Amino acid sequence: MSFYGLVDGSDTSLRNYLKQLPGVDQVGAEARAAMLATRSIKTTSKAWAIDTAISMVDLTTLEGADTPGKVQALCSKAFRPDPTDLTVPRVGAVCVYNDMVGIARQHLDSIGAHELPVAAVSTAFPSGRASMAVKLQDTEDAIVAGAAEIDMVIDRGAFLSGRLIEVFEEIVAIREVCGDRAHLKVILETGELVTLDNVRKASYLAMLAGADFIKTSTGKVAPAATAPVVLVMLEAVRDFYDLTKVRIGVKPAGGIRTTKDAIKQLVLVNETAGPEWLNPSLFRIGASALLNDLLMQRMKISDGYYASPNYVTID
Amino acid sequence: MNFEYAAAPESRSVVKIDPVYGHFINGKWVSGSAHFNTINPATEEVLSSIALGSAADVDTAVKAARNAFDKSWSKLSGRERGKYLFRIARIMQERAREFAVLETLDNGKPIRESRDVDVPLSAAHFFYHAGWADKLEYAGVDTTTAPHGVVGQIIPWNFPLLMLAWKVAPALATGNTVVLKPAETTSLTALLFAQVCQQAGLPDGVVNIVTGDGSTGSAIVNHPGIDKIAFTGSTEVGKLIARAVAPTNKSLTLELGGKGANIVFGDAAIDETVEGIVNGIFFNQGHVCCAGSRLILQESVADEVLEKLKRRMDKIRVGDPLDKNTDLGAINSAEQLAKIRELTAAGEAEGAGRWSANCALPTNGFWFAPTIFTGVTQAHRIAREEIFGPVLSVLTFRTPAEAIEKANNTPFGLSAGIWSEKGSNILWATQQLRAGVIWANTFNKFDPASPFGGYKESGWGREGGRHGLSAYLKGSAK
Repeated sequence: MSFYGLVDGSDTSLRNYLKQLPGVDQVGAEARAAMLATRSIKTTSKAWAIDTAISMVDLTTLEGADTPGKVQALCSKAFRPDPTDLTVPRVGAVCVYNDMVGIARQHLDSIGAHELPVAAVSTAFPSGRASMAVKLQDTEDAIVAGAAEIDMVIDRGAFLSGRLIEVFEEIVAIREVCGDRAHLKVILETGELVTLDNVRKASYLAMLAGADFIKTSTGKVAPAATAPVVLVMLEAVRDFYDLTKVRIGVKPAGGIRTTKDAIKQLVLVNETAGPEWLNPSLFRIGASALLNDLLMQRMKISDGYYASPNYVTID
Repeated sequence: MNFEYAAAPESRSVVKIDPVYGHFINGKWVSGSAHFNTINPATEEVLSSIALGSAADVDTAVKAARNAFDKSWSKLSGRERGKYLFRIARIMQERAREFAVLETLDNGKPIRESRDVDVPLSAAHFFYHAGWADKLEYAGVDTTTAPHGVVGQIIPWNFPLLMLAWKVAPALATGNTVVLKPAETTSLTALLFAQVCQQAGLPDGVVNIVTGDGSTGSAIVNHPGIDKIAFTGSTEVGKLIARAVAPTNKSLTLELGGKGANIVFGDAAIDETVEGIVNGIFFNQGHVCCAGSRLILQESVADEVLEKLKRRMDKIRVGDPLDKNTDLGAINSAEQLAKIRELTAAGEAEGAGRWSANCALPTNGFWFAPTIFTGVTQAHRIAREEIFGPVLSVLTFRTPAEAIEKANNTPFGLSAGIWSEKGSNILWATQQLRAGVIWANTFNKFDPASPFGGYKESGWGREGGRHGLSAYLKGSAK
């Protein structure tokens, strides 16, 4: 593999590459993110942003209590978020655990949602604490069951102890399993990496190893998709494009619950990576409760008043 | 896909602007004999008619201030003075939106800045100094301190309310009374502040506001009944004031121009550095005495920084200052715009490379696109003279010593910025730079507790902090 011609796959070249990246000044990054959070998005641009955000949602259920019934309901909702208004776009994908992939795929096909992809969390999600053999099999299983997108976790323990090449090689191996069959999203779990310098390093590491998307979090660790973290990841994909002419996607996940939160994310994308990334193929939002708030705000714009929560479905 | 932000204007309805204003003298509104218009620089709409203060108006104000000093203000304990300052600060917070909208209308600065910077910082200055009022004798200033008496204060148009707060809050906290003249183009928030003084029940004559132009300022500077002059403005006028005051007993503090060096070392955190450069020169349309108007880049990263800077500048939203999404507002006056144009034309004529952000400018009002000049050397006028607009001159250096040499090679010495991830580098550079305010890995950060002021032709004395207080006390050892 060529790794974009930037590293040769050896420990030394990876280490040297990540070492030469400029640092991130935490105070400055937080200030920039806070400034962008003051953007006031109104009327027509708000309506546009809500529909765009809906089309970017990876509608997610990742619970021990997930059942086929729950997953099927989620799939129906993903395809027709508002059954009374078919102008509402479908979401970006449905995101489930490995064993629910087949059920989700089957149900989506049965309702005519052939184009709506199923994303599977993989590699011993959320901790990633399993043998490589298990992680590879986890991924293979999900793809065979119909997953078109794999959301893998990185080995944060290895990253924090400086064994960067291990993290890198794991991603490369999962990339190989995915091949052309599935898109690969690499979850950095930024809440465990803690510093923005680590976020930048991990972003480049994942992109070099072959990620199609870099994703903030599993949703199981707080803090998750904070604005400064997303800012730094968006800067990383922007600068990586300058280097390679390849656009890598970004997926914030965890803690994005309201329309306001989602619109702030879109503003971050617009003014950092640029409008090219305002597309479900390059930006996704991992969420569950968010979708209903987007639908409520959408109704508010079309009807002029806030409807009762009973007018949006609870799945 | 294109994410256009629909207009999000802040409502004007919170402010009430009178068609004509008088002076605020001895707690009352006094009609002026002559008037001039104040306009909204973003639209050239006439906002109001402002009284042109005569020498007689200044004399009445000084007498009122003297009377207030003798009869009421100097008799109050520090704790009682502090109460009034706390009250003013709270009213400013309560009326924050009104102040922000009015400031934006009269000055042209974006509502985001007046709302998030000017007004909260102004209130913070009153809170900070309110806390000092009853501690002056015991908290390290001096035990034998006394106020000067009547203070004449002349402030500029770039931060009308904030500069008023910088001047009035320490003067009142230390027991002085005030005759203040706002800048000719930006009187409205000072006149609103006069209403706040009334609302706070401040004794008559403690704060007097006389509006007007340079002739009014001159009447204040030359009035024999004034004990101290505090001026913020251009170095040119500062020198005139220094000459006028030299043969008198008046005390004097001056906060003047600058040509701040923003030095970027090769190891800087590039993305945040670019943000800092933008904030350093395009904050408040570059109408900032401490602006980082000279970018001094290490050659090893110069291309990368400039490329990112240009991309970032294309994202700067220029337009209606009342729109909450506007980043860069209007130039304050036709006169200032002419000055910016004159200096940028000189930059081009002297061979520097001009690049301006790709943005549409409104047709009415006074506007200037964010602009950088590359290939600037120490010999260019745009590297030496204060432009006071959204124009950045870019110079490069090879070694740290060269950076310091270039940074210090100016008659000014107000501010400087250092961008480096290496602590020892920052500490070394701060020791070498001859500037009153030095920021490391940030720019244009202000705090009432932090003294502000310049070296060389950037001024005399400090404002803010304990150092700023002592300027309003006579016989102060420090």
